Amino acid sequence: MTKVTFIEHNGKEHTLDVADGLTLMEAATKALIPGIDADCGGACACATCMVFVPAEWESKLAAKEPMEETMLEFCEHSAENSRLSCQIKVSPALEGIRVTMPESQH
Amino acid sequence: MSTGEEAGIVIIGAGQAASQAVVSLRAEGYEGRITLIGDEAEPPYQRPPLSKKFLAGEIGFDRVELKPAEFYAGANCALMLSTRVSAIDAAAKTVATSDGKLIPYTKLLIATGSRVREINVPGFDLEGVHYLRSVGDVHDIQSHFKAGAKLVVVGGGYIGLEVAAVAKKNGIAVTVLETADRVLARVVDPIVSKFYERIHRAAGVVIETGVTVVGFEGKDGKVTGVDSGDGKIFPCDFVVVGIGIIPNTELAVNAGITVDNGIVVDEMTRTSDENIFAAGDCTNHPNGIFDRRLRLESVQNAIEQGKTAAAAMMGKDKPYNQVPWFWSDQYDLKLQIAGLSQGYTQAVTRGHPETDNNFAVFYLKDGVLIAVDAVNRPPEFMMSKLLIAQHAKLDPARLADESINMKEVAKA
Repeated sequence: MTKVTFIEHNGKEHTLDVADGLTLMEAATKALIPGIDADCGGACACATCMVFVPAEWESKLAAKEPMEETMLEFCEHSAENSRLSCQIKVSPALEGIRVTMPESQH
Repeated sequence: MSTGEEAGIVIIGAGQAASQAVVSLRAEGYEGRITLIGDEAEPPYQRPPLSKKFLAGEIGFDRVELKPAEFYAGANCALMLSTRVSAIDAAAKTVATSDGKLIPYTKLLIATGSRVREINVPGFDLEGVHYLRSVGDVHDIQSHFKAGAKLVVVGGGYIGLEVAAVAKKNGIAVTVLETADRVLARVVDPIVSKFYERIHRAAGVVIETGVTVVGFEGKDGKVTGVDSGDGKIFPCDFVVVGIGIIPNTELAVNAGITVDNGIVVDEMTRTSDENIFAAGDCTNHPNGIFDRRLRLESVQNAIEQGKTAAAAMMGKDKPYNQVPWFWSDQYDLKLQIAGLSQGYTQAVTRGHPETDNNFAVFYLKDGVLIAVDAVNRPPEFMMSKLLIAQHAKLDPARLADESINMKEVAKA
């Protein structure tokens, strides 16, 4: 189990113990955290599970695949530190990670 | 027999629309009872992975179920699984189940989805003839996944081609039979059909077009071949039929609700009965972007109508009006589709589908972008989704010009 914190756009925090191997998106949607839609269920097809990852965590995550990279490039609220949470696998290396969510996924 | 419970919101169906409606009802502040009635044994799960990663065995049921079963209890949502609804009494505001229960409702959501179109030819009931719609169907199909086994796929649509790709990767000899003169004929331009035929053939899949199945042959009750009527038999160990789906509208029809190629709803998912709403595959709904009624078979449609229905049952207007989008995974190719191409007057290709494994086809109607098929091309997909909603009139030459960034194509 790895502790991760999701922070809604309005600042509300949700800290979860997540089974390693799940994606951040799965952890959030199964726990009903508002702000992550994940319409496609994790197929990297819809870009509705975007989160912002603080710079200090970036090196601990697997690099973006080209598919994720370009999907993000065309997302409305995308920023330099955006990631698609369906592409981030939870592992002990992410213990304590805090990600924030955009205003909207559409 | 009545359950004696206080009436609350009842949802018929336990798929993506139903599951989303439960989540959204709670988010909208509904605190009353919710009863979810589904005829499958499993709690709500995602269907798109069934013909993709789940069939491939890359993910288990825990990764396709939408919420853990405990969620429903925690949300004061009664899950009545393996239960069929036999009738809706709109006047009495009750739902009857086939095991004799009568459940009162304040508001009712019909999210019955769709079922597979069955093939009605001799031998249809032989062992080894399968469809793919449910988790159970996938397990049945997987039981035949032994290297060297022979599969015939009937129907060259998305389900058929996705199954073919997964089976091929599992060492199975695959033949796809399609009635039309090309695969995906109903939904894409011949450029895209030709591309997928090339990819599947390169992977070793046999694709036969212009073939209509007239029967199945069997031995000891098990299917052994598919008869194409012209004297040719395609030998097989198992068959997967993917020839379309039919919306489940019978309950609505029998309840006196207006049905016309799907349960007729407005942009707020309201049916012709003021206490009854409908969401997902089973609906026929207006779309303002395309300015016509649609019946869609997609997860986006289920999720978004589920959200709208939850709001509407709480008396709030959250109109559903979006550019439809879909996707298909085959081999290492991700096809992303936005919009609806029916009625297009021009198809514009960006890239080289005859040689490469990434390209996009834009569908224009009198110069206006109405749809895109993008293979391993997320920029084309993402940008087109926006441009379709804007009814953008685009210059075909700019769309085809790869030196122009997708973000710039709409500029004159």
